Amino acid sequence: MKDILLKVENLHASIGDKEILKGINLEVRRGEVHAIMGPNGSGKSTLSSVLAGNPAFTVTEGSATFHGLNLLDLAPENRSHEGLFLSFQYPIEIPGVSMVNFMRAAVNAKRKYFNEPAMSATDFLKMMRQKRAVVELDNKLASRSVNEGFSGGEKKRNEIFQMAVLEPQLSILDETDSGLDIDALRIVSSGVNKLKTEENATIVITHYQRLLDYIKPDFVHVLYKGRIVKTGGPELALELEEKGYDWIKEEIDNKF
Amino acid sequence: MKDSNKNNNQASSEEEKNRSKEEPKSGQTNSDQIIDDVTNGEYKYGFVSDIETEIIPAGLNEDVIRLISSKKGEPEWLLEFRLKAYRHWLTLEQPTWAHLNIPEIDFQAISYYAAPVKKEGPKLLDEVDPELLRTFDRLGIPLEEQKVLSGMAVDAVMDSASVKTTHREKLAELGIIFCSFSEAVKDYPDLVRKYLGKVVSYRDNFYAALNSAVFSDGSFVYIPKGVRCPMELSTYFRINSSGTGQFERTLIVADDDAYVSYLEGCTAPMRDENQLHAAIVEIIVENRAEVKYSTVQNWYAGDAEGRGGIYNFVTKRGLCRGDHSKLSWTQVETGSAITWKYPSCILSGENSIGEFYSVAVTRNRQQADTGTKMIHTGRNSRSTIVSKGISAGHSENSYRGLVKIAANADGCRNHTQCDSLLLGSHCGAHTFPYVEVLNESAIVEHEATTSKISEDQLFYCNQRGIPTEEAVALIVNGYAKEVMNKLPMEFAVEAQRLLEISLEGSVG
Repeated sequence: MKDILLKVENLHASIGDKEILKGINLEVRRGEVHAIMGPNGSGKSTLSSVLAGNPAFTVTEGSATFHGLNLLDLAPENRSHEGLFLSFQYPIEIPGVSMVNFMRAAVNAKRKYFNEPAMSATDFLKMMRQKRAVVELDNKLASRSVNEGFSGGEKKRNEIFQMAVLEPQLSILDETDSGLDIDALRIVSSGVNKLKTEENATIVITHYQRLLDYIKPDFVHVLYKGRIVKTGGPELALELEEKGYDWIKEEIDNKF
Repeated sequence: MKDSNKNNNQASSEEEKNRSKEEPKSGQTNSDQIIDDVTNGEYKYGFVSDIETEIIPAGLNEDVIRLISSKKGEPEWLLEFRLKAYRHWLTLEQPTWAHLNIPEIDFQAISYYAAPVKKEGPKLLDEVDPELLRTFDRLGIPLEEQKVLSGMAVDAVMDSASVKTTHREKLAELGIIFCSFSEAVKDYPDLVRKYLGKVVSYRDNFYAALNSAVFSDGSFVYIPKGVRCPMELSTYFRINSSGTGQFERTLIVADDDAYVSYLEGCTAPMRDENQLHAAIVEIIVENRAEVKYSTVQNWYAGDAEGRGGIYNFVTKRGLCRGDHSKLSWTQVETGSAITWKYPSCILSGENSIGEFYSVAVTRNRQQADTGTKMIHTGRNSRSTIVSKGISAGHSENSYRGLVKIAANADGCRNHTQCDSLLLGSHCGAHTFPYVEVLNESAIVEHEATTSKISEDQLFYCNQRGIPTEEAVALIVNGYAKEVMNKLPMEFAVEAQRLLEISLEGSVG
């Protein structure tokens, strides 16, 4: 078995006074794909935000270890340098900042973190061209401002493009399928599959089984009321698709 | 003495950097705090040079004006001009309509003339005080001609006097006059007399009257018919002496079919006192001529509590009186405790064009009330206004602009875009657009937006590995890009760095 990339134990997190994550346990090994499913408001996006270090949330209890490092001690940018990538559910627009400048700042910040010299402009542009092909983004992208005026599909493709450039060890895809038509969904998931190796891992957060037809999970977890209440193989996703979440809700709500 | 102070400041900011690195980033980070830290950069031009300076006693009366005039060996008509202006100034009150809180200024406490002591005779470089050369070197303005990058001629003004103008001979071959104002009065009195006060009358406003009475030096530019000036002309203004004001005057004339790009930069030492800078810039643009006027204004802005800093009360105006003439104002304003400034265009020529591109950054306790006036009196004249305000800390940043279309000016157009970016929640951004249209055929558009750097944007950058400080610089430069692109190449790099430095802070 491959070694453990991410280990989350009894993770509790709040926004303001409201506790949203109530004791998450999760273990992700290299080479694995995990799907996290669950009804609205169960804490799926909060989990991804907390792992990426969004300062809007406060961790009140528990731990998260990322290839041996105490993840919760790292500043968000250092989590990124260490190989954690979050594909945003709603990618943020940054007017006037071109994708080229944005990615160049990102790539060079990472190189600086590892005491490597900044990349030359020529090498960088060459790399951009290669990575663009992964998600079939056209070359106008480089001169456009970050996510500004992008369609829903372009925004998601742009997220996967950034993932391709940064070559993370762990990618968290937060509702990457939301707002995508079937063609965009195919492009995005084929991009994710191309980037998959034996050494990295992916956490796919989604409402629907649909995405899992394209990105095959090894494990499916059901998140409900801030806890992972059920874990299974790909067949669990199919069961959820068929029966909805109500049976799980009933099971859990009766227990507590 | 001052130098060591400055080093101490740098050292303490290093300490702060390290400290904030040690703090774990988990939990709730207040984004205002981040922005505050990021926007608390140090001012690096705050040193004082030890230069032998002649300063006349503080105070203002007719004798002082006569003294200034005689020190400069001026002709009688110019003294008369000054005295008329002074007598008119006495009848005026300081304007109070701007969205500014201006502490009372004691005009009798200011010395109206301070100049580096210099030898007589032709100004060869080795006769310039080496300390002066070092000062301008430290400011990044090399005055030694062999070192001056090709493509730029420099006039350097320290306190009340022009120190050195480079490349004069080369320009003279083309018939271009680029010299200090005082020299222009001596060498080209007819030209100066013909244009002085024709665009900004001494009756124009309180500070214009004051400047007309006491102005000391500045730059004079004349581009003859049909000549494209082959290099950027630039003037660097430096206030050095304490207890003085700077009252310079710039006059630019572009004759028919001429072209010139002119740059202006300004810095001053860090002091607890406020110093007054009240300048006048007059520009005349003849038929089919074009003038680009770019400013990177970085006067000392005062400290975080609002102590000290320059009061920048400036009247800048251009007259596009030629048909198809064009004037562009581009300004990047990061300095001064208080800014009161409205570079304007009077578009009296047919098909004349006026442009105003501005980035104004205020932070700490800075106040800025700045914008433009586009006065359309010529048919088919067009104007564009792009104003980008950036406010941080406890600063107040206002855009004030007038677009006026005269009754007989058919077919005029204006487009105004006025954006405000707020960093933090204690600063203010205000927009005061005035539109007076007296001709039905005019098309006048006004767009305005206000935005904040959101926590979402910062987190997005952080997630991609871009630290907060760099993210703020990236976002601000992106926001200002439209204006920065209008600056000449050499200046754009400097302005971009300035924008980053002025927002530089202590986030690790």
